[in-house]
Amino acid sequence: MFAAENGLKGDPRLQGISEAIRVVPHFPKPGIMFQDITTLLLDHKAFKDTVDIFVDRYRDMDISVVAGVEARGFMFGPAIALAIGAKFVPLRKPRKLPGKVISEAYELEYGTDCLEMHVGAVERGERAIVIDDLVATGGTLSAAIRLLERSEAEVVECACVIGLREVKGQLRIAVEYRSLSMNMLRHRLT
Amino acid sequence: MSAYRDEDPRIHDIKTRIRVVPNFPKPGIMFQDITTLLLNPKAFKDTIDLFVERYKGKNISVVAGIEARGFIFGPPIALAIGAKFVPLRKPRKLPGKVISEKYILEYGKDCLEMHVGAVKSGERALVVDDLIATGGTLCAAMNLLERAGAEVVECACVIELPDLKSLRELSFDFMVSNGRGFLRSEFSKNDKWLDLRK
Repeated sequence: MFAAENGLKGDPRLQGISEAIRVVPHFPKPGIMFQDITTLLLDHKAFKDTVDIFVDRYRDMDISVVAGVEARGFMFGPAIALAIGAKFVPLRKPRKLPGKVISEAYELEYGTDCLEMHVGAVERGERAIVIDDLVATGGTLSAAIRLLERSEAEVVECACVIGLREVKGQLRIAVEYRSLSMNMLRHRLT
Repeated sequence: MSAYRDEDPRIHDIKTRIRVVPNFPKPGIMFQDITTLLLNPKAFKDTIDLFVERYKGKNISVVAGIEARGFIFGPPIALAIGAKFVPLRKPRKLPGKVISEKYILEYGKDCLEMHVGAVKSGERALVVDDLIATGGTLCAAMNLLERAGAEVVECACVIELPDLKSLRELSFDFMVSNGRGFLRSEFSKNDKWLDLRK
C-alpha cells in the first residue's frame, strides 16, 4: 500500500521528496493541514525522483493508460505517461471536457461532486493507472476507477504522491476494491 | 510568431491529432481540443520534444504553467530542461501566500495567482499553455512572473488561433502569426506588435 510496503523502504530518494512537501495549516478551512506539493515541483531533483519512482514501478506492467485527476493529477500524470509510453487521459470536473463524456458522481464531506472522462479515450481491455497528488478517503479515486471500468479498462493501481494515513471514515478504496492496490510515496498523519 | 516555416516533420501528425469541437463552450466557438493529442504517445512526446529542443540550454530555471491544460505540457518540459515547475492557478486554489493578477475576459474579469517565493528575482522563465487566443491570460501570467522579479523569456503554446476575434491592445509587445495555425507560437517580449491581418 505505502511506499515501505512496496519495497521502497530505505530508498534514498524518499526523504528528499518528503521534505519538499509543505504543510499549510487551516487550508482550505480551519482544522485541515493541507499537503502542498507545489514546493515539491520547485525542487527539480525531488520532482524528477518522484516521477522516476512511479515510472520504475509501472514501465514493465504493460500499462497503456495513465488517467490523471484534475488538477494536481495533471502535474504528475503526463510525465509518467510519456516515460512509460502510455496515453494520458485527463479526468475533469463537469463541463470542462469539450466532447462527449461519461460522468461519475462521488460524495464529498458535504454534498457531491462529479468527475468526467471523454467517451472513446479508453478502449476495452486497456490496463490503466490513476494518478493524483493525494489520497484521503479515496472518494475521488473511486469515481476515477468507476469511469475507467465503465469503459472496460482494467485499473491496475492508483498511484498518489501522498496518502493520508488516518482519515475520517474508512479508506473507501480498500473496502470496495479488494484486489486494487495503492501506491503512495509518502504517508502522513492528518 | 510561428517557429517552423519549413515545417518540422513531426508537426503534421501533431496537428491532425488535435480535435475541433464546434460550439463549445458556447455557440460559434470552434474549440481546439488537445485531449486527443494526449491519446497518442508518440505525438504527445513529439510535442514536448519540440519545446524541449528549443528551450534546453537557454538557462531557463522556471516553467510556469497556466491552469489547467498548461499543467499537462509544462511539467514534462520543466523536467526535461532542468527547471522548476510553477503552477499559475485560479483564485483560492493555491494554499500558501499568493500574488494575484486580474485580467479581462470577453465578458467580465478573471484572476490568476502564483505562490509568493516560487520564483526568485533574476530567474529566466517560460510560460506554457495549450492555446493562445487574445493573449490576455498570458499577459497576466507574465505580469505575475515579472512582479516576482523574473525575466519572461518566452511564452510557448501548442496552438494559436488562426482567426482572433479581436486583437487586444496589450501593454506588452507581441508578434502574432498571420493565421496559418502553425503548431507553436512564441512571444518574445522584444518583438513588435504586428497586425498581420491587415
